[in-house]
Amino acid sequence: MDNLILRAKELLENKTVQVVIGYEAGPTGVVRPAFISDPANADSLIYDERCVQNLAVYLTKPEVKHLGRIAIVSSLPVMRSIMMLISEQQISYDEIVVLGISADGVLLDIADLSVMQGYIDKSDLSNPVKYKELLAELKKLTPAEKFEYWQKELSKCIKCYACRQACPMCYCTRCTVEVNQPQWISVQSNAHGNMEWHILRAMHLAGRCISCGECGRACPVGIPCHLLTMHLTDQVYNYFKVYAGTSEKMNSVMSTYEPNDKESFIV
Amino acid sequence: METIRKLIRKQSLEKLYNNLAANRKVYAPVIAADKKAEYKYNPGFADVTFDHIRSTLSVKNIVFPKVENLFFYENSKTESTITDIDLDKIPEVVLWGAHPCDNAAFDTLRSIFCWDTKDEFFSRRLEKLTVIGLGCHSSDEYCFCTSVGLSPSSSRGSDILLTKLQTGDYQAEILTAKGNEIVSSFPDLFEPLTDEKVDITEVKQKFSHKQVTEKLAGAFEHEFWIANSLRCIGCGACAYVCPTCACFDIQDETKGKNGKRYRSWDSCGFGLFTLHTSGHNPRHVQSQRWRQRIMHKFSYMPDRNESLGCVGCGRCSSGCPVDMNIAEQLEALQNI
Ligand code: SF4
Ligand code: SF4
Ligand code: SF4
Ligand code: SF4
Ligand code: SF4
Repeated sequence: MDNLILRAKELLENKTVQVVIGYEAGPTGVVRPAFISDPANADSLIYDERCVQNLAVYLTKPEVKHLGRIAIVSSLPVMRSIMMLISEQQISYDEIVVLGISADGVLLDIADLSVMQGYIDKSDLSNPVKYKELLAELKKLTPAEKFEYWQKELSKCIKCYACRQACPMCYCTRCTVEVNQPQWISVQSNAHGNMEWHILRAMHLAGRCISCGECGRACPVGIPCHLLTMHLTDQVYNYFKVYAGTSEKMNSVMSTYEPNDKESFIV
Repeated sequence: METIRKLIRKQSLEKLYNNLAANRKVYAPVIAADKKAEYKYNPGFADVTFDHIRSTLSVKNIVFPKVENLFFYENSKTESTITDIDLDKIPEVVLWGAHPCDNAAFDTLRSIFCWDTKDEFFSRRLEKLTVIGLGCHSSDEYCFCTSVGLSPSSSRGSDILLTKLQTGDYQAEILTAKGNEIVSSFPDLFEPLTDEKVDITEVKQKFSHKQVTEKLAGAFEHEFWIANSLRCIGCGACAYVCPTCACFDIQDETKGKNGKRYRSWDSCGFGLFTLHTSGHNPRHVQSQRWRQRIMHKFSYMPDRNESLGCVGCGRCSSGCPVDMNIAEQLEALQNI
């Protein structure tokens, strides 16, 4: 952690970056994102197991971009999100400095994009263990039971879109749910509208979700909506042998066609 | 009417509940599988909790449902036929065991929905509502009712307010004609009150809302807003869990010839909320939306509705994915 603070101070002092996005503990002790512009405030930066929010969500926000060059505290999911955002031409690596953090909380020296690429390449990119277990449980259910499970969970949804807003890959300035000429999905929050929303969200993230779990964590009513996108992460890997956020040049599997794509899923 | 205080024993509470639930919709808090409190219609008395602090969602949906159908229509080549909603079908509801902040919020909502034109849907639902509130014997760090002119024992918005006595029985304050009607229907369940030692939690005051309102009058351009809202991700969580947030969206949904117009919850935290057809957006960044949230509740509403727009329940803060703690921010605003 001391290394992180020193590095943040140095970057701010020599004006390599104008802001450092990291984590701090608020006055009630809850860990939250911090935006540090003054090197004197860098001491409040922390990094421990409570720092789970995917900070990459801020990189596409105009008011954050406006601050100048950004250094961002990045665990593996954040690095993969950055890779994803670069491949989708939402940010360029020159706009940011990656303050990489290893799985055991050590500051990494991510000198450039290729170093980050190397780090991602040697990491386990499948869904995190705790989610794998939940997904395995769900897999055991019959299709009818699965449908019932999701109907029950999604009946709690209030369409606050915290899941969408928390996801770095849901950066659309106008989400499909907000288009009403024509209206693509039912806007109302009821059994039908909620199901349509979650199918839409999951399909838009198929092959783009980097398994951070942030959408489920953000949900105020505790719907495990990350399991939908993580299931698709497994599916995409099974069919196409790729994980999202692994290369700056990757094309989204759902919007590209390769002659050797498996077509067994087409009915 | 003048407040009457009576005693209701624990066993009698169960009888009262069961009697009410037998022929009315009673909305009462239970502890859900995730250990958080949620309100349900007519749960068994054994499941009803008397000890919860804060349900994840507020109870505003009784008077302001997340989706309210406004009318149905049928289109032909030449005309549309409209079918109105039969407001007489709105059921009577008894809200059971909700805390003073949530009950006071009905008043706040009324000041919005009936500001000039009386909103029919809202008012009819409110007319059909009877509130049996429950004073709080526990609280947590997110509660700040005492900073917004309320307290764990305030009776605003309740028809009957129950308060736990140190003996384990309950005091019943009968506050309105609606409350009196219930008490007179079950006279055997209420006894004269002798012991008045109540079990009420203490909530420390964090700020003076009057001072906040004064400060806000000159704070529109203050650097505070940007510095304190960068982490806000612009979702609707805070507004949707809030008992006093009243913004809604109106949509038509048509299938073939038939359709309906409805309104559903909306939030000033969304970027799209103020987007004009021209493409111009007067609140184009999150700091402007966060400012709107605080200004509306603590400056515009006291100004225009003679009511604060916040009852200090703390839901927006406990439910926010990025710890945008509103009480912390108001405390800071008081001193800018
Ligand atoms: S965050 Fe939860 S409640 Fe909100 S839209 Fe997403 S799933 Fe629904
Ligand atoms: S887990 Fe959720 S928030 Fe994270 S990338 Fe996937 S869809 Fe987005
Ligand atoms: S759900 Fe789809 S349209 Fe909406 S923000 Fe996410 S990716 Fe964009
Ligand atoms: S304050 Fe929190 S809950 Fe409200 S819009 Fe911002 S991030 Fe969402
Ligand atoms: S603004 Fe927050 S604390 Fe105030 S009433 Fe709404 S949810 Fe409760």
